[in-house]
Amino acid sequence: MSRLLRFLFFALIVRPIIYVLLGLNVRNYKRLPNKGPAILVANHNSHLDTLVLMSLIPLSRLSEIHPVAAADYFLRNKLLSWFALEIIGIIPIRRASKGGNPLRLVFDAIQNGKILILFPEGTRGQPEKMEDQFKEGIRLIARKFPDMPVYPIFLHGLGKSLPKGEGLFVPFFCDIFIGEPLTYQESGKQMTQQIHSRITALAAEGQFPAWE
Amino acid sequence: MELAIPQTVAVTLGTLFTVLVFSHLIAFVLKKANPKKDYSELFQRINSWWVIIIIFAVAVVMERTAAIIFLGFVSFLALKEFFSLIPTRRADRRVLFWAYLSVPLQFYWVYDYWYGMFIIFIPVWIFLFLPLRMLVIGTTDGFLKAAGTIHWGLMITVFNLSHAAYFLSLPAIDNPQAGGVGLLLFLVILTQFNDVAQYVWGKSLGKTKIVPKSSPGKTWAGFLGGVVTTGAAAYFIAPYLTPLEGGMGAIGGAIIAVAGFIGDVTVSAIKRDLGVKDSSSFIPGHGGILDRVDSLTFSAPVFFHFIFYLYYGPTLAS
Repeated sequence: MSRLLRFLFFALIVRPIIYVLLGLNVRNYKRLPNKGPAILVANHNSHLDTLVLMSLIPLSRLSEIHPVAAADYFLRNKLLSWFALEIIGIIPIRRASKGGNPLRLVFDAIQNGKILILFPEGTRGQPEKMEDQFKEGIRLIARKFPDMPVYPIFLHGLGKSLPKGEGLFVPFFCDIFIGEPLTYQESGKQMTQQIHSRITALAAEGQFPAWE
Repeated sequence: MELAIPQTVAVTLGTLFTVLVFSHLIAFVLKKANPKKDYSELFQRINSWWVIIIIFAVAVVMERTAAIIFLGFVSFLALKEFFSLIPTRRADRRVLFWAYLSVPLQFYWVYDYWYGMFIIFIPVWIFLFLPLRMLVIGTTDGFLKAAGTIHWGLMITVFNLSHAAYFLSLPAIDNPQAGGVGLLLFLVILTQFNDVAQYVWGKSLGKTKIVPKSSPGKTWAGFLGGVVTTGAAAYFIAPYLTPLEGGMGAIGGAIIAVAGFIGDVTVSAIKRDLGVKDSSSFIPGHGGILDRVDSLTFSAPVFFHFIFYLYYGPTLAS
């Protein structure tokens, strides 16, 4: 039942909004993985980020893709956690963990060949600005699966359409720059830093109008 | 839904598809002849033309409402592209939201045959309302620039383009063949034809640049060749699609060519100012919506008022 609802939600609501009202300019679409396991790592400005990244994968493969999200935020009440878990399909991580491995569900999903979405800034932050440092979670996940590809992605425009703390959606074309994947095998301990600099480099490829 | 369309309109659409089939065949032949050359952009361009012409034909054939909604949607896409290109202020998100809302309203006036509102809504009511909305927000840094750019975008992409749709709402005149649909087709086909004619003339014998700063590729030969060729084509097409007779058809075509050229170079000047080559990558092989409708943003209102003056004006008195 929830699987059907999830499919309908993305087919009838999310994709029309994203492809018709919003509009995407995707650079290097062909780099995206055809199959999991893989992780898409992007800068984070808006709740729309997750929905846009999920819309890049064909609808027929919707069941393969899951965003990784903070349990304390998305599971804070019953209705929201039903929506987050069943419809969006998040994989919750506990930021303040009391025992147990907070990443266990993430590891399970990777073992099942899923494509995960992760925002290593840890927060949506200021619109159209990226945090100077990423959280190390991505490296800890990749360390366990050293040959899994991790795709750095730069998103622009969604912080203008629906920034943190705003309820009014205003359409702007969204730019998505997909970078070359990297793996823990090649990057090792420098991985988090390398992803950060790749996303920064992707951002520098574009030319964006001022937003002050 | 009325599927009955004037015969001349059906013939015109049929001709368009024939031209497209031939272009596709020529592209295949070219590819076979020079297998080493990369023709992927040409094919992308032709494929996009297929999509554009099929959607346009379906919208025109269906009925007036569908055609107006389709043109309103094009207008929305062009406006969105414009707002995504220009520098904007965070404070103006709500102003931009209202600016977007003017699109369905403007096309509703078209649908409602309300000429008086259609012709002043953006230049007067929206022009007065948006600054008010900005005042309420209260940020004065960059106020004039924001008010100016936002309204300029609305004039180009909404007000000007909606003139193409208003052909569908003009009262019937002595144009038994094709009615408003005929005028709309005439405008759109000749505007696009002029783009191609200018390009071909400019490539084959263009030397002297006409507007070197904004469009270094445009030449006097291209411009004049386009005007003459489009005028000549219009002379032959006008009797089938419009009430224009004899030389007036050619003049109508020349007006579309001149206005289309100005629209084209004006949008180029804006893109140069903003430092971009294409307005987006929305239509594969073409660039963005604005790149495709740049000429139309100027030719639509100019041709509309040419027709309006000849058959409905110059005064409103019955």
